[in-house]
Amino acid sequence: MSEEKFDAIVVGGGLAGLTAAYCLAQAEMEVLVIERGTFCGSKNVTGGRIYTHSLEKVMPGFAEEAPLERKVTKERVALMTEKGVVNIEYASGKPDTPETASYTVLRSKFDKWFAEKCEEVGVMMVPGIRVDSLIKDGDKIVGIDAGGEEMYADVVILADGVNSLLAQSIGLKPELKPEQVAVGCKEVIQLGEDVINQRFGLEGNDGLSMLVAGDPTVGNIGGGFLYTNKDSVSIGIVATCSDIGRVDVSIPDMLERFKNHPSIEPLIKGGLPLEYSAHLVPEGGFDMIPKLYDNGVLVTGDAAAFVINLGYTVRGMDFAVESGRLAAEAVIRAKAADDFSAASLAYYQKLVENSFIYTDMKQYRNFPKLLERHEIFNDVPEIADVLFDRLFRVDGKKPVSLPMFAIDEIAKRTSASKLLELVMVALDAL
Amino acid sequence: MAKKVPVDDKLGYNNFHTDESYAHIEINSDFKDEEEIRKVVLACPAELYKYENGELAFNHEGCLECGTCRVVSGGKVVKSWNHPYGEMGVTYMQG
Ligand SMILES: Cc1cc2nc3c(=O)[nH]c(=O)nc-3n(C[C@H](O)[C@H](O)[C@H](O)COP(=O)(O)OP(=O)(O)OC[C@H]3O[C@@H](n4cnc5c(N)ncnc54)[C@H](O)[C@@H]3O)c2cc1C
Ligand code: SF4
Repeated sequence: MSEEKFDAIVVGGGLAGLTAAYCLAQAEMEVLVIERGTFCGSKNVTGGRIYTHSLEKVMPGFAEEAPLERKVTKERVALMTEKGVVNIEYASGKPDTPETASYTVLRSKFDKWFAEKCEEVGVMMVPGIRVDSLIKDGDKIVGIDAGGEEMYADVVILADGVNSLLAQSIGLKPELKPEQVAVGCKEVIQLGEDVINQRFGLEGNDGLSMLVAGDPTVGNIGGGFLYTNKDSVSIGIVATCSDIGRVDVSIPDMLERFKNHPSIEPLIKGGLPLEYSAHLVPEGGFDMIPKLYDNGVLVTGDAAAFVINLGYTVRGMDFAVESGRLAAEAVIRAKAADDFSAASLAYYQKLVENSFIYTDMKQYRNFPKLLERHEIFNDVPEIADVLFDRLFRVDGKKPVSLPMFAIDEIAKRTSASKLLELVMVALDAL
Repeated sequence: MAKKVPVDDKLGYNNFHTDESYAHIEINSDFKDEEEIRKVVLACPAELYKYENGELAFNHEGCLECGTCRVVSGGKVVKSWNHPYGEMGVTYMQG
């Protein structure tokens, strides 16, 4: 194999890498995907809910055939205190188009299917191999080294995820900082289709997405999530790394705390745990995006920090797919000009800048600053809890006026100036 | 928390193919800053960092390959971190 030279080598068979490879193969290019897992998807963890719009462009109608779990028709956002919960549930009831639909997904199954689709269009898949380093010729990346075996290509597309040691090794990005990433810790629990429909008020293939702030992370920056799959639920917590140690509760204990919350425990009771997983989420937002190209190399997906976490929505998969598609477009153009220099591949940067990836990430550029405010994860759920308690508790005693009570409860926790400051940060972030 | 499931039991749900001949993570056992050690102990979803009697012990068996320990320790507790070799480590069937 070492004699052969590919048009492109893609490192990492996740959504970014597979999309890039799929598009390149469709343009008749010789492309190799190297994945360290036994199969594509065997190392990949998401929440998860995939917004389909970007993959729909690459593979129209894919949702008909792909192993997706359920179509999300119900949104639940919850504010939790140790024992209480304020749930907001929303169902739009409006019909979805293939572009606006979103589905719950289990990546080990989905990526495996996607890899098969790639093979069908001529991608060469090499799973079970870890790329150890990139090969340089002068200042140009010319190939990869995996366990001493060298493989060469005009361009290497890095789609190796959040822990992109390879992008770090060539100075495209620095080591991740604790405030830029969160750890996600998750279980998949089998309940059966009927039980899920009953417990979550769902029918047929309809699904629920639930995101939670407050108690699961004991007031640390982060939250809990729960997604209904076909016959299981994905339940987990996401907690920002710089907050670890702020309270004396470990990451695995936060997940247990969430699972045992009085409002969650009845939902998962009697289930059969299938898997326990953990994965980092880049959350630094726009300001964390590294340089996306250099001579002979491009960076995509989580490796490029293309994720936004707004608390009520998490998006990384639709960005990964789009960035893979755009990387392929830039490579196809570079191939036509037979120029894989940084100047030529800078076209990828331009494509990203003109895409929804940049627009959306830029819009929420200051959101990470809002999430840094612990009030949101501590005080807001508590205030919501006492207000609702006040609203619904009848004890025959003289009532206190609700507005006065609210002002009092807020004043107990924060000062007017701090509140104003929080509102200003929020306005800036949104 | 009455019904806390031990992490060891949870790791039992997964498929692991542990590489006995290569530790993809190495720790700095000489590093003695308790606050830094505490953070890494709290951070690891697989509870692989054990701190007892002033000694930090680590074994990569059961690693979920998330990278959290590396990021949290900022080069102090964790000396080196890499992905396991191909096919080694955890194989997720759900994801
Ligand atoms: C807990 C959690 C919840 C999330 N929830 C959502 C959600 O609901 N919706 C959403 O859109 N996004 C969500 N995200 C984000 C989303 O999962 C990611 O943005 C997305 O998976 C990124 O895809 P990727 O292809 O860039 O990277 P990955 O899927 O991580 O793929 C990287 C691939 O590269 C391989 N690899 C790495 N290094 C090497 C090497 N040296 N050699 C060979 N192969 C290598 C890996 O094995 C892996 O297969 C969530 C993330 C987490 C962790
Ligand atoms: S990579 Fe994750 S699971 Fe493995 S030792 Fe580090 S923190 Fe623990």
